Parts: sequence; structure tokens; C-alpha cells
Amino acid sequence: MDPARVWERDAPTSKLVESPCRASLSQTRTNGVWASGPVGVEGAKPLAFFLTMSAPLRALSSLSWRRGWVGVLSLLALPAVWFGGLYLAAIGAMFLTSFWTVDDFSGDLIPGFSLVNFRALLADPTYAHIAERTIGIAAAVTLTDIVLAWPVAFAMVRLAGPRLRAGMMAAVLIPLWSSYLARVYAWRLILSHDGVLNWALAEVGLPGLHIGYSNWAMWIVFSYLWLPFMILPVAAAVERIPPSLLEASADLGAHGLSTFRRVMLPMALPGMVAGAISTFSLTLGDYVTPMLVGGEGSDFIGNVVYSNVGVTNNIPFAAAYAVLPLCVMAGFLLVARKLGAFDAL
Amino acid sequence: MRSNVIIWTAVAAIFGFLFIPVIIILVYAFSAAPIPAWPLHGFALHWFADTWNDDDVREALLLSVEVAVLATVMAILLGTLAALAVVKMRSASREVVSFVAVLPIALPGILTGMALASYFASWGMNLSYWTIVAGHATFCTVIVYNNVVARLRRMPRSLTEASADLGADAFRTFRLVQLPMMGSAIGAGALLAFALSFDEVIVTTFTAGAQNTLPLWIFGAIRLGQKLPEVNVVVFGIIIFTAVPVLLAQRLIGDSGRVAR
Repeated sequence: MDPARVWERDAPTSKLVESPCRASLSQTRTNGVWASGPVGVEGAKPLAFFLTMSAPLRALSSLSWRRGWVGVLSLLALPAVWFGGLYLAAIGAMFLTSFWTVDDFSGDLIPGFSLVNFRALLADPTYAHIAERTIGIAAAVTLTDIVLAWPVAFAMVRLAGPRLRAGMMAAVLIPLWSSYLARVYAWRLILSHDGVLNWALAEVGLPGLHIGYSNWAMWIVFSYLWLPFMILPVAAAVERIPPSLLEASADLGAHGLSTFRRVMLPMALPGMVAGAISTFSLTLGDYVTPMLVGGEGSDFIGNVVYSNVGVTNNIPFAAAYAVLPLCVMAGFLLVARKLGAFDAL
Repeated sequence: MRSNVIIWTAVAAIFGFLFIPVIIILVYAFSAAPIPAWPLHGFALHWFADTWNDDDVREALLLSVEVAVLATVMAILLGTLAALAVVKMRSASREVVSFVAVLPIALPGILTGMALASYFASWGMNLSYWTIVAGHATFCTVIVYNNVVARLRRMPRSLTEASADLGADAFRTFRLVQLPMMGSAIGAGALLAFALSFDEVIVTTFTAGAQNTLPLWIFGAIRLGQKLPEVNVVVFGIIIFTAVPVLLAQRLIGDSGRVAR
């Protein structure tokens, strides 16, 4: 039996698509790891002595073998304390402080339970507009990235040869990891009044565009920034579709487009949802891009939160507003989990 | 194949969209003009020397490297432990843990930043070097965890069982069987975690006190419109230097989907 198939046995994704091509990318790698297997660790003699000879540890080891949960707990203890004590506790603290208030004179936090912050948010329609703008642009960016990701993912997986494919993968990864601020700043230089875009338009005799510092600018820049986060999971999802299914569809007389619509699109849905988690969440939680390429009156939820923490020091009010993206994302994640996106994340 | 021509044309246009801004920002580093203008006026290299001699930039660079190293070390420890635990768990509890574990990267950055800021405030803690490291370690841990868990899922249980049958205890099995097999995944996760921490700005603005990491310095300079030629040079350096660990990580993983955050 193919060793890669055995390795796949415990993977929860394998119940979704039982396809022989699932591990095709990783197979040679894992074989390589096998080949270079258990060698070269002998250098750490004192550590090895400590680890293998210390009696209490030895006892823990055998106990964890007999009682599986002991092993799980002793491994999980440190990460769980860290994660629960800092991250989850912090999310909880944010929830709690959203009901606190601030002393007008001293600026001190007053613990308690009051709905003042939430009432203030509902009373002023500006906050509703800002939330609408944020969620609207996040949705538009997600859709744009899905449309742009498909040709790249399809060409990379189904049309390109191995060398071209590796090159394309690198070309997607480099902008993904190269400085976020650098890329936003580049667009500020491109879209500004006397920037590259208007210069190029003037060169070919077209009138200049004034989309710098607007919602259009934010839509373009966010779509640009997060596109690689959509391409990667969509490509991974396309790769998991067995070619035989596409051939079967063609044999049954389906045109290329209807094969795409009725076979590829539904089968790649988990990948698209996984990408959408990234693009939607990253847009929803941004305030730097609106500050740098959005104009006056293009605030996002993040800008309000940021200025209330950093400038006016009203942490409870900021926490109350931040509860909104928390709820939006929680809903999104629960739906995404149902659609199997977590295996594709 | 007319449809393939259409697809490749679209792909070329999309790659143009991805790369033209990067190329433009790289070119700006060589502009002689003290303010950004297009087309470029003149060619100059002295901004590189000026930037290198700027103490603010040096301090920010040093702080960014220190924070990224510390956050990555914590991430390697915590992420690997969590991954080893998760693959041993039963599927129901595993689902819960793996859902919770991805929250720091699945939830918007503003939430992580806001939550940590209100947490530190509610304890009466001052923001410092260590609060920056703690903030970065939360999402760096997830990166390492994701990479290691992906590798461990492809490892058959029978290998660790065979090791136990041959008389090795859990630590020896870890050292001789599991560690060599997941070493490259830990390495790739660590490189990506480092790159992410080095570039992070949204969470950092909430968890940094008076300190400036390199992205905070860039953000401040762009907002105030000061030292823009130095910004161009710093950004040039960052793009060149982050490309190296990313490509290295891709080789270590050898798997398409996994380099996504």
C-alpha cells in the first residue's frame, strides 16, 4: 500500500474526499523525512541522560502510556495555561470591561455593570454607518478575492508544469509575507493625486482618476493585500479534486464552464470559505489601511476602537464597540465550521 | 485551447496586480528626491547610508528582532506541545481544542489588540517590552502549532507504538522518532512566526508602550509624512530580507497549503 495513504489515515480531512491525489505534493517530502529519520540527535548527551534516567519522569512516561489522558494533560498543561490565562482571559476581560465606565475627572476605570457604552453606540447613527462600511467593504473584498483567486489557483494546479507551478507558488507567497505597511504605502504612492496611476493615465491621454483617499481605494488595497490568503486555500482545494471527476463530467457531455460550476465550485467550497475567513477577518480588524489610504470619513470599526484606546483612553467604550466584530466573526466561524472550512484552513 | 489563453491572460494580469506595487516601492528607495514624486527625479544611494546611521531606525530594528526571537522561542515550545497533545486526543475534544487554537489568527487583529489592552489595563499593568512579546507569542504559537499538527497528522501512530514496543519511554520516543520527523515542520513554523512577528503592526500598537518596533516606526513616519526616503529604504530592506525565510520555509514544508499564515 502507498505509504502516503497510511499516513493520511488519521487525518480528519480524508473522510471528506478519498482521493489518491491528496498527498501528491507531500509524498516525496515525507519520504525524504523518513529517509533522514532517527539519526543525528546523539549530540545532546547530558539532556538525554536527564530525560531518560530521571526516575519521576520515567514514571510519568509509563503512566501516560497506560492512561492516555495523563499524557495529553501533561503536554497540554503549559499551552493551556498560557492560552487560557492570556488570550481567552483577555477576550473575557474585553467583554467584561465593555460594561464598565470611565471616571470623567480622573480617567480611572470604574468596574461595574452598566449599559452606558452600548446605549451611546446605538444612539449615534455614525457608529452604525461605520459598522456598515466596515462589513460591506470586508464582504466586497472577499468576493473580489474569490473571483481573482480562481484563475490563479486553477492555472497553478491544473495547467502549469511542476517548475512553473513552484515559481507561481513562490510568487504568491512573497507578497503574502513581505511587509504589510510597505504594500499599503506603495498603494498610497500609486493612488495619490500626482501618483503613478494618474501619471500612467496622462501618458496614454486619459483624464486622471481621483480615487485616492476614498472607499474605492480601500476596496482595491484590501483586495490586493489579502489576495494570497485566498489563492492558497483555493489552490489546495482544487488540488484535492480528483481529475477523474472532471473527466467523468466531460465524458457525460458537460461543457468546461458547467464542469466548473457543477463539479469544481461545490467541491472547492471549503477552500473558498477558509480563504474567506482570512480575507473577511483581516479586513474587519484593520485600521491602518483606512488611516493611510482612506480619506476623511472613511473610518472603520478599528479606527474608532484604536482612537478610543490610544487617544481618549476610553477602554470600556472601545471594548463595547469591539464586541460587534467579535459576534460577526463568531457567527462566521460557526457557519464555516459546518461547511468544513477548518480542515482547509 | 482558446479558454486556456483566456485563463493565462487573467493570471498574468493578476500577477501584475500583485507585483507592480512591490516593484514600485523597491524602485522608490533609489529616488534622489526628498519627497515621493513620480516619475522619479534622479538616482541616489545616500539614503541607504542615512537610514543605517539613523539611531531611531537602529533601535526599532533591534527591538523588532528581539521581540520576534522571544515570541518565536515561546511559540516553538507552546505550539509543539499543543500539537503533540492534540494528535493524541479523541476526535470530539480534538475538535474543540483545534477550534479554540486557531482563534488568534481567525479573529480580527483589532480584537486581539483590544482584548489584550483591556486585559493589561484591568490588571493595572503598564505596557512594556514584555506585553509586546506576550501579544506576539499568542499568534506566533498558532503558526507553529498549525505547521506541526499538519505534519503529525501524516505520521502513523504505529511508529510511536513500535518505539514503545522496543522499550523507549515517551521522552526517548520524542527524541528519536517524533522530533526528527517533525523537525522541519517546526523549523518552517518558526521561520513564518518570526516573519509574522517582525511585520506585525495592528496588535503591537495596542500592546506597546513607549517602545517603537520597526513597523511602528514606519507607521509613524508615514502618518506624519516625515523621513519618507528613509521609509523607502527600510521597506526595501524588509521586502528583501523577508523573502529569504519565506522561501526557505516553503522548501522545508514542501506542501502548498500550509504556508498560509
